[in-house]
Amino acid sequence: MASHETRPAALTVSDLTVMYGEKPVLWDIDLHMPAGVLMAVVGPNGAGKTTLIKAILGLVPAVAGQIRIDGRPYAEQRQRVGYVPQRGSVDWDFPTRVLDVVMMGCYGRLGWLRRPGKSEQAAALRALEQVGMADYAHRQIGRLSGGQQQRVFLARALMQEADIYLMDEPFQGVDAPTERAIVGLFRELRTRGKCVLVVHHDLQTVPEYFDWVTLLNVRSFACGPVAENFNESLLRQTFGGHTPWIGDERLPSRVSTTATLPAVG
Amino acid sequence: MVDGWLDYTLRTVALGAALLGGMSGALGAFVFLRRQSMAGDAIAHATLPGVVLAFLLTGQREPQLLLLGAALAGSAGVLLWMAITRWSRVKQDSALGIVLSTFLGGGVLLLNLVQNRPGAYQAGLNHFLFGQAATLLSRDVAILAAGALGVGLLLLLFWKEFQLLSFDRPFGASLGWPMQRLDIGFTLLVVAVIVLGLQSVGVVLMSALLVAPAAAARQWVDGLGAMVLLAAALGAVAGVSGTLLSALWAGLATGPLIVLCASILVLVSLLWAPRRGIVWRQLDRLAAQARLR
Repeated sequence: MASHETRPAALTVSDLTVMYGEKPVLWDIDLHMPAGVLMAVVGPNGAGKTTLIKAILGLVPAVAGQIRIDGRPYAEQRQRVGYVPQRGSVDWDFPTRVLDVVMMGCYGRLGWLRRPGKSEQAAALRALEQVGMADYAHRQIGRLSGGQQQRVFLARALMQEADIYLMDEPFQGVDAPTERAIVGLFRELRTRGKCVLVVHHDLQTVPEYFDWVTLLNVRSFACGPVAENFNESLLRQTFGGHTPWIGDERLPSRVSTTATLPAVG
Repeated sequence: MVDGWLDYTLRTVALGAALLGGMSGALGAFVFLRRQSMAGDAIAHATLPGVVLAFLLTGQREPQLLLLGAALAGSAGVLLWMAITRWSRVKQDSALGIVLSTFLGGGVLLLNLVQNRPGAYQAGLNHFLFGQAATLLSRDVAILAAGALGVGLLLLLFWKEFQLLSFDRPFGASLGWPMQRLDIGFTLLVVAVIVLGLQSVGVVLMSALLVAPAAAARQWVDGLGAMVLLAAALGAVAGVSGTLLSALWAGLATGPLIVLCASILVLVSLLWAPRRGIVWRQLDRLAAQARLR
């Protein structure tokens, strides 16, 4: 750590390849994400966005590749990673209260046989406060709206006290107040030097919400600051010709469509 | 009647059934929430060849010996099921069907083999199909008590792990918990409880005693802890009432009676539970319609 000219890559993925049977879902992915960066992962359906998060977390086996956190192997650094799965991945009719779900965020550091106590409960309440859900702590999770469910998942991830957050479609089907709350939370996490990787489906909000972007469609087509990597040409390559782009008035003017493109492939 | 209630044998049997109902209710809450009711059924059926093989190999009818055979066969079935799911492209439910039919078919064949032998010494084996609680001795009840204590203790010790396993397994894995091993451990615990229930409830209906109390309990409460406790209580009630009914009409198999009692609890809960019950929801709807007029 002699020089601070380049910020350390908090999360580095190299040569990651995941196959389902014969079919590659992710092919030779390299990406790096420095601390204090909000990164969107965008790409068409079936591009492997969810698989990317799951492979980083070790939830699906990779046939090749390395995941490093601050240059050290992922397995040693697992407790520094927080995870927000897709909201639809659990049964919201499960008999449990909001506070119990948030508390699960600390189960990783508690370890075997230890039960969460008063201090964990206080931390869970603080996490709920951060996402504007303090009043719902004792509510049955089946009686929450979609946006509220999403915020409970975010609070659970905050409870992990991680440095790197991986979030799978947190904006999926949420109401406007929740979307604002999530964006506010992102900025707060960035100020605290955390980095957040978000699978995102709304291309229009990418420049507004995120600093970095990864364009993914089985292969990685770009990874870096939004200003240099989020343009129509690269998006067209990623989405295979037909960009689901609705007008470009929201594209920041500084984005050039012809300027130096990083080599692809 | 009063004599009957004080009868030592009956008390022993009722206590055994209460312990069995309690532990299968508590563990069944997790089975129910994990949507593994069918797995419970398959495991129960998979134990049959173990019972008969244990008898064939040793020539003895000691319940403990036969139950050991059942436990081995049940565990083998479970591990085979998990292995098929993990290492082949066969889906979980199909794998379950394969294991269930193979093991049950084998068990029934073996049972026929035994029954075609001369001599009546094999008569007891049939009881493992539908259960015969009257055969419970105080030694069996002691084993059931140890089992219930063990299940209660394990649920307490691994509460948060089983909670993760049931609610959000991928998240648990992302925290670094060995979810696959926890799954195997949990399922082997289910095997153990099913095996303990074979004597009184039998192969065919044991899974109902796992799932029915849980299904009933879920209607009344909203917390995991409350649901586990209530399911245990309802399971104990079903166990005791079924056993008593079976004692009143000697000759009726205990398994079906216990399961009928549990089913009545489910029916009542499905209809009348506040908020989730069918009647309650209908009334709610009518009230809402009345307000709109």
